[in-house]
Amino acid sequence: MATIAAVIASTHHPFYYRASTSTGADRPPFADEWVAKITAFRETLTRANPDVLVLVGSDHFHQLWLDNMPQFLVGKAPSYDANWYNEEREFGLPRLFFKGDENLSAHILRTGLDAGFDLAFSNELRIDHSVTCPMITLRPECDLPIVPIYTNIFAPPLPQPKRYVQLGQMIRDVVASWPENLRVAIIGTGHLSLELGGPRQFGPHGPDPEFDRKAVEWIATGDIEKALGEVSLESLWEPGNATHGFLDFMLMMGVAGAGEKADYTDTLDLFHTMEAYFTWYPKGGQA
Amino acid sequence: MSRYLLNKFLYTVDRDPELVERYRADPRGTVEWWEAERANVILNVLTGEKSSWLVFDDVEREALATHDYPKLFKLGAHPFLSLTLFIAMFERDYAEPLGFQLEYARRLSHFTLPYPDIST
Repeated sequence: MATIAAVIASTHHPFYYRASTSTGADRPPFADEWVAKITAFRETLTRANPDVLVLVGSDHFHQLWLDNMPQFLVGKAPSYDANWYNEEREFGLPRLFFKGDENLSAHILRTGLDAGFDLAFSNELRIDHSVTCPMITLRPECDLPIVPIYTNIFAPPLPQPKRYVQLGQMIRDVVASWPENLRVAIIGTGHLSLELGGPRQFGPHGPDPEFDRKAVEWIATGDIEKALGEVSLESLWEPGNATHGFLDFMLMMGVAGAGEKADYTDTLDLFHTMEAYFTWYPKGGQA
Repeated sequence: MSRYLLNKFLYTVDRDPELVERYRADPRGTVEWWEAERANVILNVLTGEKSSWLVFDDVEREALATHDYPKLFKLGAHPFLSLTLFIAMFERDYAEPLGFQLEYARRLSHFTLPYPDIST
């Protein structure tokens, strides 16, 4: 059976690549601290010694569009091209390429469907920065096969928050039942409070530092009950109009498990949004 | 009112480098051409099969034709699409990093919660 080597939840900040690679006058003052934190965070995946990565993210209107919008979609392809023209244009992100693990994709789809999740699938998926940002931060070699899973946190109507948690729980169970003797890391990215295209965007901090403080506490302590008690599809508009990205953090809390404290927690208060990094090593999973 | 069609304009222009420049230089002409030629194209259909019913109303058309992103916000266009496309067109005109993004926020500063509905 497969081993869940690590569960990792993170923000995905498309400016990291440019900030970390810029030099001289172009290098922002916060870059060195950011790189140091990312380097330490990367070590939490490296030490787990994974063979395969499951990557949970959300397409930002690249391949998935309002004429045909899935709520939850599993990539099932032998390869994935990655990053798009407008991400190259706005963030300076490089074009990337990944091998897929179709065997694990097929297992997640079959077992997930049988467990009551009507998952969509894609046999030709060009993935975007919600998936490539954690690869750049956590595994820049991009040398491991992946299974991307997309959630809709972007285009209402959305599923209820508890459904993201349930999906995370299902992903964990399904990966653990994969009959391959391989080590799988499950990595997902979302947002804390965030405003995009609204009056509170690009402030000196995230738009709602109090929400961020509470959210980090919920995640770090695995307090799914409190998160579900305080978060609703309606309430998530208040901390910032793009804060529904927090639903992917809730999904990852489902993967990690109720009451499971993170083995590694770190944050970085940046302009525009707070960065947050969490790693769990499920029992028996640590390298 | 069609938030979907507003979004479809923003989405299809944003992903085409030539259309980004054309919309920056000639917003009204680009909107008129797009509504006539592109509004009813089904995006994953490569043949001539099209939709027949998609049109802007006058308010939507004028907001797009005047680059009026506060009005697009009010109309419920998806804020991520608006922001991304307008950054592509106008960030270059500001000397300071994030200069355009902060101007964008300032021009929307009269909006308070709840923001306009963006569901489609």
